[in-house]
Amino acid sequence: MSTAALRVVEREARVFRRLWRGTVFSAFVTPVLFLAALGLGLGGLVDEGGGRVAGLPYLVFVTPGLLAATAMQTAAGDALWPVMVGTKWARTFHAMVATPLRPRDVYTGLMAWTALRTTLAATMFLIVGAALGGVPSAWGLLAVPAAVLCGSAFFAPLAAYSATQHTEVAFPLIMRLGVMPLFLFSGTFFPVDQLPGWAQPVALASPLWHGVELARSATTGTFDGHSVIGHVLVLVGVLALGWYAGTCSWTRRLAG
Amino acid sequence: MSGLTPTETPTRPEGAVATAIAGWRPLRLVERNVLVYRRTWYVLAAGLFEPILYLLSIGLGVGALVGPVAVGGGREVPYEVFVAPGMLAVSAMNGVVFDTTFNFFVKYKYSKTFDAVLATPLEVADVAVGESAWALVRSGAYATAFLLTMVALGLVQSWWAVLAVPAAVLIGFAFAGTGIAATTWMRSFVDFDYVMLVVVPLFLFSATFFPLGRYPQALGWAVRVTPLYQGVALERALVLGDVGWGLLLHAGYLAAMGTAGVWVATRRLAILLRR
Amino acid sequence: MASSPEALVEARSLTKRFGRHVAVDGVDFRIERGEAFGFLGPNGAGKSSTMRMIGCVSPVTSGELRVLGMDPAGDGPRIRARLGVVPQEDTLDTELTVSDNLTIYGRYFGLSRTVIRERADELLEFAKLTERRHDRVDPLSGGMKRRLTIARALINRPEALLLDEPTTGLDPQARHLLWERLYRLKQEGVTLVLTTHYMEEAEQLCDRLVIMDRGRIAGEGTPRDLVARHATREVVELRFRSASDLRAALPRLAGVAERVEPLADRVLAYTGDGDATAAAIADNGVHPAAILVRRGTLEDVFLVLTGRTLED
Repeated sequence: MSTAALRVVEREARVFRRLWRGTVFSAFVTPVLFLAALGLGLGGLVDEGGGRVAGLPYLVFVTPGLLAATAMQTAAGDALWPVMVGTKWARTFHAMVATPLRPRDVYTGLMAWTALRTTLAATMFLIVGAALGGVPSAWGLLAVPAAVLCGSAFFAPLAAYSATQHTEVAFPLIMRLGVMPLFLFSGTFFPVDQLPGWAQPVALASPLWHGVELARSATTGTFDGHSVIGHVLVLVGVLALGWYAGTCSWTRRLAG
Repeated sequence: MSGLTPTETPTRPEGAVATAIAGWRPLRLVERNVLVYRRTWYVLAAGLFEPILYLLSIGLGVGALVGPVAVGGGREVPYEVFVAPGMLAVSAMNGVVFDTTFNFFVKYKYSKTFDAVLATPLEVADVAVGESAWALVRSGAYATAFLLTMVALGLVQSWWAVLAVPAAVLIGFAFAGTGIAATTWMRSFVDFDYVMLVVVPLFLFSATFFPLGRYPQALGWAVRVTPLYQGVALERALVLGDVGWGLLLHAGYLAAMGTAGVWVATRRLAILLRR
Repeated sequence: MASSPEALVEARSLTKRFGRHVAVDGVDFRIERGEAFGFLGPNGAGKSSTMRMIGCVSPVTSGELRVLGMDPAGDGPRIRARLGVVPQEDTLDTELTVSDNLTIYGRYFGLSRTVIRERADELLEFAKLTERRHDRVDPLSGGMKRRLTIARALINRPEALLLDEPTTGLDPQARHLLWERLYRLKQEGVTLVLTTHYMEEAEQLCDRLVIMDRGRIAGEGTPRDLVARHATREVVELRFRSASDLRAALPRLAGVAERVEPLADRVLAYTGDGDATAAAIADNGVHPAAILVRRGTLEDVFLVLTGRTLED
């Protein structure tokens, strides 16, 4: 990352100092509430009913799922409306590229900033998850980079897309028809092999599933070398393609 | 152009006729929202999507991992049958929360929509009642669609379920009135985090996903007094056909909450808009 | 209050207070049917507050107000049913299209859809927005939005149109187009009640006006009347290179005109004959950087009555 992009991170951090309350709520309080309700409350029912999910107590199963899903939601939210604010509503990005910053620096800088925030949120979530008993292995620390990688794999292509948009009408639809279904069906709350046959390949194609599986390997400390490499490759691949598309679309939008 | 002026009817009967036709004035606000959503109907459809997805994921997906759930009276039902009425209540709440908080805030603070409305024969109370009435339309529509989904999935066990739609409208009313009232105290969009701070816990902890018995005792009592719990209990009893006079208590709670909300909202809006 | 049936609006000691701030301080005025009546004054004079009370959207603090012979406190909806309001800030419904804005506004008045459809076509034509009828409101220019707001206010065929600063913020071209439209309405007999801080607007549109300053009425009459009473037929404006030049010239200007008014950047000499006064000034050995002879205006009236300029 260039030092120019770091300037963008600095700017976002300054803004954040004023608006941290809302972010803390959506990035931290909400996932913890989900963990308590579904991990503990519903988990109690699951464990009573039939025992284990994929060989794990339900709380242990669902904690890494929520961790990766939270990273996805934070990153997706950051990649939509704030981009519209910067390119159209307040035009702050246009002001940035009037300085030595290039469009790709702005884009990369925002992605770095989001990664920083996901790191923070994932770490806090992991601490709470561990306290509740959802993280049996010390390897669980590796779930943080896994979640951040997963979040970035969503940010890169989505921010590339939103720079091509001139209104925000499609954004709520992306969140509700895209992000929300992924959240609910990517192996977060129940194993994907329970899905009907036609839906399984779809879930496996979702970057979130790869993120959830990586995080789950970490928190449970069970690594299967081949599949770990496979998940990382998929996420890095999506991130790289997204980043390439993003540098193009941001240049077109801001310097075109 | 002569048609634009009142000159052909110097004794001005026009206004009086207009006032007479207006009928129930709050209905005009409902009409306005119909006009708006005629173009953005997909936003409405998307709002229904979420509780249905939860029903499929948590109800059916996680439900497959869960044994039958005791619902009182020695009766046990499959998990998805337990969760479905809870999501029905949630869909009714979702139908109104966004419209009466975020959207209402934009209309009253930024677009000045209500300033324009109040320059016409409509009054402040018409705004509060009309916007709540729209919320009822929306919850009613959501509840109907959701109930049909439940029937299609075989999750409805009693004919009492027909009353689930009016019950959902009551839930919508309760949240609409209070939503508008609360919004009159909001200063900026940052304050909407507080809305989420209320809605998310209600969604997760109103005996929606697991029965009251699983809460620690003190928490269980706290849940019993929250509004969405009233709705969930009401819907669940109707859908399971477990009907008794006690349900009137839940219904009364919701009706009282909505009425109080509209009353407060009207008073607050009068202070804010009729300066 | 003895209100004769002709008066459209009648106010006695009308007062509006916001907390301790007195926005309107006991004003009296009477607006007749069919006239174009103006409130002229600078920002903060109390014009908008007066207008909002007439429009029955803001309660009267004290004093008496009758609109269309009724009391705004009890008959708000019935009065508003017969008025058209063009507020200072655009309050168009940005979630709707141009024609839907007219439709729903008509519905607020309880008009039937058929009636609204007929009138909407006519009003769109009047506002020169027929081509934009299916567009959203947001992308319209400032002038278009104002014209749409006026068209909207006419949907109920009001007996009076209340316009609060109708052309503030518009460019000169859009302003002239708007004046032309308002003039047409006036020709057709619509009562216009408007506030403005542009004296040109007041002179162009108003049959009669009151001059407001700091919540009070400082003068009242037809534009011509006010100029004749409080100003002079002509005014000589003198501009100087510097403030010290201006101060130095003042003693030598005494007596050249009926009245000499020094401002920050210029001196005004009120006179019946501008050319003669200009000549007298030159004879006194005063040679300003620029000298202009013009006729007396409402701007001068305002200055004489309040000691301030309208831009203050």
